[in-house]
Amino acid sequence: MTKKSTTVNRRSFIKSVGIAGGGLLIGFNWLACKRSEEVAVGETALEMPDEWFELNGYLKIGDNGVVTIYSPNPEIGQNVKTSMPMMVAEELDVDWNNVIVEQAPLNTELYSRQLAGGSQSIRQGWEPLRRAGATARYMLLEAAAKQLEVPVEELSVEDGIISHSGSDKKISYGEIAKAAAEIEIPEEEQVILKSKNDFKIIGSSRKNVDAKKIVTGQPLFGLDTYKEGMLTAMIVHPPKFGMEFKSMDADKIKEMPGIKDVFTIDTYPEGLQKQWSDVSAFSKLVVVLGESTWQVMQAKKALKVEWDLNPELTKKIEILEKSAGMGEVSGLESSAIHTSLMADVGSKKAETIRKDGDPETAFKKATRIIERSYTCPFLAHNCMEPMNFFANVTEDKAELLGPIQTPEYAEKTIQSRLGLDLENIDIQMTRMGGGFGRRLYGNFLVEAAVISQKAGAPVKLVYSREDDMTDGVYRPAYHVTYRAALDANNKITAFHVNAGGIKESPLFANRFPAGAIENYLAESWTLDSNISIGAFRAPRSNFIAGAEQSFLDELAEETGQDPIQFRLDLLKKAKESPVGENNDYDATRFAGVLEMVRDKSGWGRQDQNSNRGISAYYCHNSYVAQILDLRVQNNEPIIDKVVCAVDCGIVVNPDAAKNMVEGGTIDGIGHALYSKISFEDGMPQQSNYDTYRLIRHKEAPKSIEVYFIENGIDPTGLGEPPFPPVIGALANALYKATGKRFYDQPYIARLQGELKT
Amino acid sequence: MAKFNLNINGEEKTVDVDPNTPLLWVLRDHLHLVGTKYGCGIAQCGACTVHFNGAAVRSCQLPISSLEGSKIKTIEGLSENGDHPVQQAWLDIDVPQCGYCQAGQIMSASALLESNPNPTDEEIENAMNGNICRCGTYSRIKAAIKAASKSQIA
Repeated sequence: MTKKSTTVNRRSFIKSVGIAGGGLLIGFNWLACKRSEEVAVGETALEMPDEWFELNGYLKIGDNGVVTIYSPNPEIGQNVKTSMPMMVAEELDVDWNNVIVEQAPLNTELYSRQLAGGSQSIRQGWEPLRRAGATARYMLLEAAAKQLEVPVEELSVEDGIISHSGSDKKISYGEIAKAAAEIEIPEEEQVILKSKNDFKIIGSSRKNVDAKKIVTGQPLFGLDTYKEGMLTAMIVHPPKFGMEFKSMDADKIKEMPGIKDVFTIDTYPEGLQKQWSDVSAFSKLVVVLGESTWQVMQAKKALKVEWDLNPELTKKIEILEKSAGMGEVSGLESSAIHTSLMADVGSKKAETIRKDGDPETAFKKATRIIERSYTCPFLAHNCMEPMNFFANVTEDKAELLGPIQTPEYAEKTIQSRLGLDLENIDIQMTRMGGGFGRRLYGNFLVEAAVISQKAGAPVKLVYSREDDMTDGVYRPAYHVTYRAALDANNKITAFHVNAGGIKESPLFANRFPAGAIENYLAESWTLDSNISIGAFRAPRSNFIAGAEQSFLDELAEETGQDPIQFRLDLLKKAKESPVGENNDYDATRFAGVLEMVRDKSGWGRQDQNSNRGISAYYCHNSYVAQILDLRVQNNEPIIDKVVCAVDCGIVVNPDAAKNMVEGGTIDGIGHALYSKISFEDGMPQQSNYDTYRLIRHKEAPKSIEVYFIENGIDPTGLGEPPFPPVIGALANALYKATGKRFYDQPYIARLQGELKT
Repeated sequence: MAKFNLNINGEEKTVDVDPNTPLLWVLRDHLHLVGTKYGCGIAQCGACTVHFNGAAVRSCQLPISSLEGSKIKTIEGLSENGDHPVQQAWLDIDVPQCGYCQAGQIMSASALLESNPNPTDEEIENAMNGNICRCGTYSRIKAAIKAASKSQIA
């Protein structure tokens, strides 16, 4: 067995890199022999060392020089399991081919923000991860100086080999690791990070560390978990939002082959201290427990459950519907009612979030007012790996393993729900078959734990695709109305945005074009609902960007301006004499991506057969501009090309970053064109991919070009920023192709409903 | 329950399951070959694609009782060392994002190249249209299939 050594003064290191909390490496024993999780990043398998030396919570070095780097954040396909360790390896100065990457478990003592969300992993990991590598390098050099009996200033490192400049003395990290582990942790100011010009790993493409396992079908995902004595559990939730469990007849079901039990659970009983991540429309669930997935699926189908209206949830809906004076009071919502309610409420005055100048007077004096409204439907996240979690809950302990974007919050919920101490709750993260925001909300994790506790057995909870798609936590339905006041010279004198949704507003009041227009008014509203909502890739931006960028396109056209120059002129104003004080974007960087995409795409010189749309947007600290070329044939859009210009500062892993931009672009196009969840009397009308349309191979762009701005600014994220703007580029290109503006997502409805001739 | 003999990745396997059990769940739950993924259960997403006598099929729709005497290949058996030209192309082009759908994509792609070693873009799109990738790696999948096609022909 491989030994692992640590020293007792790790606590000060953790403080020195600004990581929350203190504490020793108590939670780390499980790592020592966990060979199956280890991944060599290179092509060849690495020889394992006899002994490991942990220099801090982010890395350990073997006596043969092999380095293990722990990737702290959840991996949902954004590739942080590769790019975050690259940042550690850079400052450590090791050969990347000598690195093994391991997914770190939840450990709030060692790591801060073990969360996948908001495109923040790289941005917020930038300083602590590099510092972890640099601090270890400092200790290795100190130890080497002692051993070689030379001044530390005369030592240099390349690929894990320390050399002395005044002699031919050399020593490897593997040889000195044991002594380095005894070196006192340096103070923060003693450790100097590399100059950006000296980066060797950051900025050069490294392949996905899990790629070989992915292409050979090795177990990686939560759903791939199989443990001794494990049972499979599936849930039955109410078929309609606003309903709850009444009764069931389970006696015969329990006799079906392989079925162990059928019972109900209350995931979030009243009075439970919940976290923000505890979102579920269906707390009371029926559980079918059995030996194998297929058997449980069959039992679930045969099970007869009766459901009732949930009085608590229907009460809220009464208020909502009465306020609009519509429909029967049933508490079961329908999309047709949602649409008219949103149009009605969206046409009224709402809460003012920001006001610059005197927009009311400017609108009164306007020569012309342009007003347009935009909508989008609810969306399901549709992670290709359905929700699932493994739980083994015993009297005093909970072991939880699976796909979760917010393990830290889940742990707190488990603590209060099961009445366990935090140190007896172990949450490990598997690679996730997509996240997109859905796995921020760990109801399935809590359900798995409650089921395991009740069953007294290790359990893997599995959602069917239908369970997954009809479980809620949807991207909200949104509505926005834009108004622009123009004077006799076609100059914009005022701008008004009124935005809302069910049950969240998509408004970002301080975002462009705020700051670029003297008289500006932003209003916001929400409507209540019993349909649960949650963050979805680029929350709020995933709608408002496309709407705003479509409106700006129309404004440019109405005022006779080139749509790129129109935006650049607004940004020039925002830069030179910004209106208001809280504008959340940098006008120079924003203009930079627009100019880049204009130049790279040959704007103005395009093929006559193609129809171009432009869009640019800032969100999650990054800037993206896209130009999309399409044709329409038989009422189907054929997207020939998308050119993307991106400013996310330093690009840590360029080819993977390009992959992310390509993917976000395709994902954005797909959802805006094809996808929706709609409701009839509380029931989702789509429950699988036969009715819920996701973009497919044939519909994807034929070519995507990605260009990055090189500016050396500290890096920001990419998981979300490419998604929102391309929707505007799509709508604007569709207009060029059809002569019709597209206001309501999914766009395919208008394309195929109104253009059939 | 009944016993069924299967030939999976060149090995003889016997399982004792309900005759209606789809191959997908036999692979995953009984043989622990978990590379074949569950995505929809209704042959709409392609995550569960395997080779059935050389052709790409959705294993969620294949009852185990219909498989006697046929040869099944899963992602685990596509190559001995994970170096099938399609797998190699996937690595070279660094296709995966989350990675969940990729085994199904690779099985569809390798069956396509088996029957059509030099497919056009349109043929690739048609053959791959049943495989959904929510991350949006379609461009790279197409590039990888072209690269694998070139390396096989060369």
